[in-house]
Amino acid sequence: MTAQTMSPPPAIALEGLTKRFDDVAAVDGLDLQIGDGEFFSMLGPSGSGKTTVLRMIGGFEQPTDGRILLHGNDVTGTAPFDRDVNTVFQDYALFPHLSVRDNVAYGLKVRGVSRSERRARASEALAKVRLDHLADRRPQQLSGGQRQRVALARAIVVQPKVLLLDEPLGALDLKLREQMQVELKELQRSLGITFIFVTHDQEEALTLSDRVAVFNAGKIVQLGTPEEIYAHPLNTYVAGFVGTSNIFTGDDAQAVLGRPGAFSVRPEDVRIEDRAGRHTEGRIAADGTIAETIYLGGRQRVLVDLTSGPRITVVEAHDSRDTAGRGQTVQVSFAERDLRELEDVG
Amino acid sequence: MILSKGARRAFAAITGVILLLMYIPLMLVVVNSFNTSQAFEWPPPGFTGEWWSRAIHNDGAREALWTSVQVGIVATVVAALLGTLLALALSRYQFFGRTGVNLLVVLPIALPGIITGIALNNAFRGILDLRLSILTVTIAHSTFCIVTVFNNVAARLRQVGGNLEEASADLGAGVWTTFRLVTFPQLRTALVAGMLLSFALSFDEIVVTTFTAGAGQDTLPLWIFNNMFRPNQAPIVNVVAVVMILISIIPIWLAQRLSDDVTAAAP
Repeated sequence: MTAQTMSPPPAIALEGLTKRFDDVAAVDGLDLQIGDGEFFSMLGPSGSGKTTVLRMIGGFEQPTDGRILLHGNDVTGTAPFDRDVNTVFQDYALFPHLSVRDNVAYGLKVRGVSRSERRARASEALAKVRLDHLADRRPQQLSGGQRQRVALARAIVVQPKVLLLDEPLGALDLKLREQMQVELKELQRSLGITFIFVTHDQEEALTLSDRVAVFNAGKIVQLGTPEEIYAHPLNTYVAGFVGTSNIFTGDDAQAVLGRPGAFSVRPEDVRIEDRAGRHTEGRIAADGTIAETIYLGGRQRVLVDLTSGPRITVVEAHDSRDTAGRGQTVQVSFAERDLRELEDVG
Repeated sequence: MILSKGARRAFAAITGVILLLMYIPLMLVVVNSFNTSQAFEWPPPGFTGEWWSRAIHNDGAREALWTSVQVGIVATVVAALLGTLLALALSRYQFFGRTGVNLLVVLPIALPGIITGIALNNAFRGILDLRLSILTVTIAHSTFCIVTVFNNVAARLRQVGGNLEEASADLGAGVWTTFRLVTFPQLRTALVAGMLLSFALSFDEIVVTTFTAGAGQDTLPLWIFNNMFRPNQAPIVNVVAVVMILISIIPIWLAQRLSDDVTAAAP
């Protein structure tokens, strides 16, 4: 996003957005701006408040406090059908009594678009998701991936400025999910509209997004590009949730690193040395014993129990060393610059 | 579940005996409507269609049938409207006193008919100062017909969930459009099933009817009850009973088929 002197209002602005269910704050004073044409992901475990935020933007939940602005207009109290956003629901919510074509044309029908134009635009939207050949089927006759694409077509046919996607790939198997990720990204680029994508799958969020907000307990604990989130986690929560990390806190930090605080290092940044004492300047080394070696195809994950206490995970090329037996005594090391200092949030 | 041969036979025998006990008396009514003996001798000395032709030309029976049909249809239509609206309100909206209203709506079907009858009788005559008539019977029947429609529609709404309505609103449809294009098509079969059951319930109701019908305005069950012990009318009563069996069975059978279709079509 480039900041201009006369910058237009953001696609979405959330100001102090709060949602309390009874006494529990599902969303707790959220401030967030999402730009036009951005692919924005909300990442977090279930119950972290990300879906509630999405439902408030869609108009299905009323916030307890705070405001929602779409392109500068306050829509906080507006009904879903008066908002220029559309949702792709987690379970797709296709109308079972309508054909695929009528499902897609639904938004046009309720807007009073003529029958012939409805047909043309529905076909066009179905073609975008490569399903125009199934227009006469009922949703029940489609596979999960096809239903997913119908839901997408139904949402984009009304040309929203913002598309909300609630775990849209959650019900698909791995292969289909990876394929749909690519299609989603391409669709977002070609439409040029804002996508707000809710997921608990960190890999999905990192792969697709321009920016990612990591949620925990109703708050954003880190906001940034996928690179920033992955390479520079701010706190122990993000380091633990996004990817695998070796996290050292308290006594462990003191024992391994010789200093207090909270730190993380990615498994792929840790090396198992062939010979002890070979490590160079600027690296931190520790002795340990190999507890387990896990084959990952081209790579392997090695768990090493350090003499000083904690266990450390190493990911290395499969043939990087001659032997990798359990019980073998080794030395691990990592560069000082790969070590991230974190805020310890418990 | 797999049962042993002996158990299967035993269950088949029990089922057979129970069904026989239930249906032999009904068959007896059907046979006796053709019995030449006015005292229902058994076995019948002969068969005749005379009772049927006399029943068809019996003014009292014909009027009673017409009253029953009118009451059943009007009560069912009222119940369909109110029951559906109640089901929508109670399953789609949150409001103060929701569980209380829910209980109050379902209660009439659990209350003994005689209590409902006395209560309505007092209310109509004492408080509202209405003369008992076909109108008061219809109102009385609506109270339990509403429950039948409500239960059917509410069960369907629970089964379908609110996602489709959210999706409809999301795509720009207002409340009424959503009802017309999404909610109603989803609950149509449940509503029709509920209405058929309502009609059948109203058609054979006698307890509440006794307390709320005006003098000389018999429904079919009331007419049967009043003529049963008149030796002259006894054969005609059998004919009317057979007609009632037929009119009651058809809606029940249709309602069951509709419910089955839905379970089969549900994802």
